[in-house]
Amino acid sequence: MDSPHGLAERPAIAIRGLTRRFDDRVAVDALSVDVRSGELFGIVGPDGAGKTTTLRMLAGVLRPTDGTALVAGIDVARDPEGVKPHIAYMSQRFGLYEDLTVRENLDFYADLYRVPRAERPARLERLYAFSRLGEFTDRLAGKLSGGMKQKLSLSCALVHKPDILLLDEPTFGVDPISRRELWLILHEMVAEGITIVVSTSYLDEAERCDRVALLHEGRLLALDTPTALRGSVSGRMLAIRSSRLRRARDVLRGAATVRSAHLFGDAVHVLVEAGVRDEEALAPVRAAGLDVRDVEETEPSLEDVFMRLVG
Amino acid sequence: MSPLDPHRLLAVARKEWIQLRRDTRSMILAFALPMMLLVFFGYAITFDIDDITIAVVDEDRTAASRELVDAFVASDYFTVRERLADRGRTEELLVRGRVLGVLTIPPGYARDRAAAGRGATVQLLLDGADANTATIAMNLSGAVAASHGAQVAAAGASSPDRASNATGAPVRLESRTWYNPRLESRHMIVPGLIAVIMSMIAAMLTALTIAREWERGSMEQLAATPVSRLEVVLGKLLPYLVIGILDVSLAVVAGMLLFGTPLNGSVLLLGVMTVLFLVGALGLGIVISAVVKSQVLATQVAMVATYLPALLLSGFMFDIASMPVVLQGITYLVPARYFITVTRGIFLKGVGISVLWPQALLMLLFAVAGVALATRAFRKELEA
Repeated sequence: MDSPHGLAERPAIAIRGLTRRFDDRVAVDALSVDVRSGELFGIVGPDGAGKTTTLRMLAGVLRPTDGTALVAGIDVARDPEGVKPHIAYMSQRFGLYEDLTVRENLDFYADLYRVPRAERPARLERLYAFSRLGEFTDRLAGKLSGGMKQKLSLSCALVHKPDILLLDEPTFGVDPISRRELWLILHEMVAEGITIVVSTSYLDEAERCDRVALLHEGRLLALDTPTALRGSVSGRMLAIRSSRLRRARDVLRGAATVRSAHLFGDAVHVLVEAGVRDEEALAPVRAAGLDVRDVEETEPSLEDVFMRLVG
Repeated sequence: MSPLDPHRLLAVARKEWIQLRRDTRSMILAFALPMMLLVFFGYAITFDIDDITIAVVDEDRTAASRELVDAFVASDYFTVRERLADRGRTEELLVRGRVLGVLTIPPGYARDRAAAGRGATVQLLLDGADANTATIAMNLSGAVAASHGAQVAAAGASSPDRASNATGAPVRLESRTWYNPRLESRHMIVPGLIAVIMSMIAAMLTALTIAREWERGSMEQLAATPVSRLEVVLGKLLPYLVIGILDVSLAVVAGMLLFGTPLNGSVLLLGVMTVLFLVGALGLGIVISAVVKSQVLATQVAMVATYLPALLLSGFMFDIASMPVVLQGITYLVPARYFITVTRGIFLKGVGISVLWPQALLMLLFAVAGVALATRAFRKELEA
């Protein structure tokens, strides 16, 4: 799997028509995606897009209703237990034992994966180095901060050197500094050859992935590198600022020149045809009697791509 | 079948042990509750009846009638609370529960007793609301009356001028009870209580374990690891087996010290039997925990599913042989039934495996079934 040829030959994860229904609701609808070996793959979408359901099926803790997923070459629907030694999964909700210390949690997971005793000191040393949990080894996991808990979860996931790391919204509810640190760790892990599938609802985080699958209501909207996805937006993206943003957006949405309009930070991001000039684009806003404080052309972000696709 | 790696099993057991040690609620359930129940039940439950309160209506008012009343009092079983001249208040006393029975000696009692060939008749009215106590009171009063009658007859025979009254030496039935010679029900109760209490405690302890992991979110994480279902079940069972053995040991010592229950048989055999019994009971708790996935509900189900059958259908309170056939059939499914036979056998009779092997086999069967069912019921899967 580490050979350069192997990368192209077999994807780390091959998902084909993966479907999961809950009663009458379809959480994941015929998803087909290949995750390449050694890439940092993002599953991106709003709440309810099917991110968690997808990751749970890949981790072998939720049975698919239909379709298959080959994880490390093993069909997770048919042999979920066969997949488990190759992966590590980090659930969205903190899943470690709050009444166990940092060290006890790490030891427990090392035991479950049969990490040889001789290798443990070096392994823990490394995990402590990146997580900076070394000075908290005797602290109960329940007494750690949100960011620390996530780093401990990640450490437990990495204690057995998995081939594939499945992370469900690892930065959810984590402060910005810890978020940055977590992403740095993920990049390091990928550099070491681990395949990572990470879900997030933060589109700015998706930019850090090698490739991104945009999910909406259980369906795959788009799949590409962040750069290619942004490039897929043809036309001009304008950021328009007004004192009445919501009203401006609503007016723009109804305009013939406008292909999509949505709120983005303190501006309305408006996608217009390539030939449309600024003043033409602004005409409906002015016609509605709204002020325009500022207008500038901007690079489309992933969020713009997503809003355009969902639009 | 589920694979079994001893290292992973021990890892689960170690984790569970640490959690157990740090969880006050589990520690109370594991140690304080069984001791409390043992002491409480040990002192409160007694099937012995040594104080039957009666009222006496002596309408005869002769030396003979007073002799009879004295015989009742002297027996130590009866306490005369009221002495009445007529039957007017008989019903009121019984209805109000002032007395359990009313002994009425009709006029002419002394005359009838003295008359040749005829017996004298007295009446004992009993409150049958508590049938068990009433039955015992009836038997005891019969015995007192018979013994008194025999004494009177013997006294008559020794006086030459009334020799014709003698109806011959009365036959006396002398029964002896072995193993628990003083028929102290506490000696029966303590070994039985250990089985009843441990049925409940064992199932309640493990009922928390799987449900707790589902509720706290750690099960999703655990389910994604290569740990097998059997490793989880046995790993979770092991620490509670240790607790259970400690509980039984404490109960045995407490029974001996507080209630003077004799331990006549082999301690080792009791230990082995305890392990067999506990594995089945703990397994049942895990089955419940895996199925309902909620700590509160699992605890309640475990309590109802173990406590009532162990109390009512194990032979602890009611004799199995005198139950309706259907209920008798159900008792075979109550493992406490076998453990009670074992504890009473070892404690009171001092019997060994040569007598108790059927119970040992059946408890082994329950232990294997408990672990197998628990392994089946526990899924490493969400929303199965």
